[in-house]
Amino acid sequence: MLKLLSAIGQYFLLLGKVIQKPQKRQVFFKLLMREINDLGVNSFGLTLFTSIFVGAVIAIQMYNNFRNSSIPIPAPFIGYATKVVLILEFAPTIISVILAGKVGSYITSSIGTMRVTEQIDALDIMGVNSANFLILPKILASVIFNPLLIAISMVFGIWGGHLAGIATGNWSRADYISGIQMYMPPFYIWYAFLKTAVFAFLIATIPAFFGYKVSGGSLEVGRASTQAVVWTIVAIIIANLVLTQMFLS
Amino acid sequence: MIEVKDLRKSFDGVEVLKGITTTFETGKVNLVIGQSGSGKTVFLKSLLNVYEPTSGHILFDGRDIVGMSRQEKEALRAEIGTVFQGSALFDSMTVQDNIMFPLDMFTNLTFTEKKKRVKEVIGRVHLENAEKKFPSEISGGMQKRVAIARAIVNNPRYLFCDEPNSGLDPFTANIIDDLIAEITEEYNTTTIINSHDMNSVMTIGEKIVYLRKGIKEWEGTKDILITSDNKYLIDFVYSSEIFKELREYLIKINKTSIDNIITTVENETDQENI
Repeated sequence: MLKLLSAIGQYFLLLGKVIQKPQKRQVFFKLLMREINDLGVNSFGLTLFTSIFVGAVIAIQMYNNFRNSSIPIPAPFIGYATKVVLILEFAPTIISVILAGKVGSYITSSIGTMRVTEQIDALDIMGVNSANFLILPKILASVIFNPLLIAISMVFGIWGGHLAGIATGNWSRADYISGIQMYMPPFYIWYAFLKTAVFAFLIATIPAFFGYKVSGGSLEVGRASTQAVVWTIVAIIIANLVLTQMFLS
Repeated sequence: MIEVKDLRKSFDGVEVLKGITTTFETGKVNLVIGQSGSGKTVFLKSLLNVYEPTSGHILFDGRDIVGMSRQEKEALRAEIGTVFQGSALFDSMTVQDNIMFPLDMFTNLTFTEKKKRVKEVIGRVHLENAEKKFPSEISGGMQKRVAIARAIVNNPRYLFCDEPNSGLDPFTANIIDDLIAEITEEYNTTTIINSHDMNSVMTIGEKIVYLRKGIKEWEGTKDILITSDNKYLIDFVYSSEIFKELREYLIKINKTSIDNIITTVENETDQENI
């Protein structure tokens, strides 16, 4: 327990070093663009693939549940339920968990390798605030680009449900489209993006913390990557509960 | 000049540096030697304030790094060039970008001016045609030269090298040693090298500090090293029997200075040729 508290304290101390004005704006902008590419653009394919298939699975499950329901539920509700599930939970939370695995391990291993090969020491000795230099662009890249990934995930997830209908013939195109056009409070969208921004912050900072604090060699970097992914997922799940309670209760 | 006063460093209650006091002069190649685990790297990293000293003072031309504010430290560090044991080049950057990095961070030069300066130092360390390569695409010796180029690109006042010859063949190690010695003279830097390469000690060590178990066991020049009566130092420097015998022979014939030895060898070779 003491170890955990100490780690949380160190995490916030590190954040204190990270969240500062960049030393050189031009260099920072270059790094930010690179991180947007590495963390965001490179996750595009995985997000697309996962969203289409999970959207299809959700729509099929909705169809099965509605069909077996004792109360008759109109077919357009398949589209509506798929949309709401995707927007409220699947896109922001599940995609963030998937990104925690992909992006989180990349962040920990890249920063951890820099630590064990003395590249971070080199930055510090040169007079560069290494935490700010390495981590801030990652945070901003995630917070800027993850909402875009989540928006794409929402759209392609809904489209996946539509494709499932066409492939199985269980519901009509018209029913599905009228279902997704049914009213949903606009706040749900804002809530989803707010969650995404919080999760994006966690996805960038927790793995960066584990990478920054690593010591030893490649084995320790590997261990830190695994730990970072686990703790990021734990943090996302806890944050999800807290945010849901705060905004939807 | 760097003055170290009663420097102590402990980790979890274990004292690794036990009150080291010494001076490193400007324009000279200063060597810190000692066995593995003697505290050399901790000493170097404490000087650079990567490790905060437990107590003591480190004065860079009168400015004590201990107790400096973060801004003051950052300003001082911009005057320091460092060559790491493993080179510590940024993997994601090309050789040119690695060398240009300190200029990007600490100067307001235009890209053309930076490129010109990078070209100068690349020429200085004989790395032409490697600018566009990544560190993983060049040899260990070339990586060391890139690290030296990156360390000197900003005209540092202080140059720190942590075992610059480790992992290099003797020929390349000599080239790196000569390069560091030339740069020290040209840039008038205070150069401190951590080394356990005896060739470096004998050829470029203008001042030598011998550490043993975190204590400064001996200090002096390469010329008085051979006549030292410090048993630990002699056992360390002349670790093999053949070197011990050679040392005893040189003392016997009163050829103890390095210049003397080189002159003697050259004369003998000349006579043989005649």
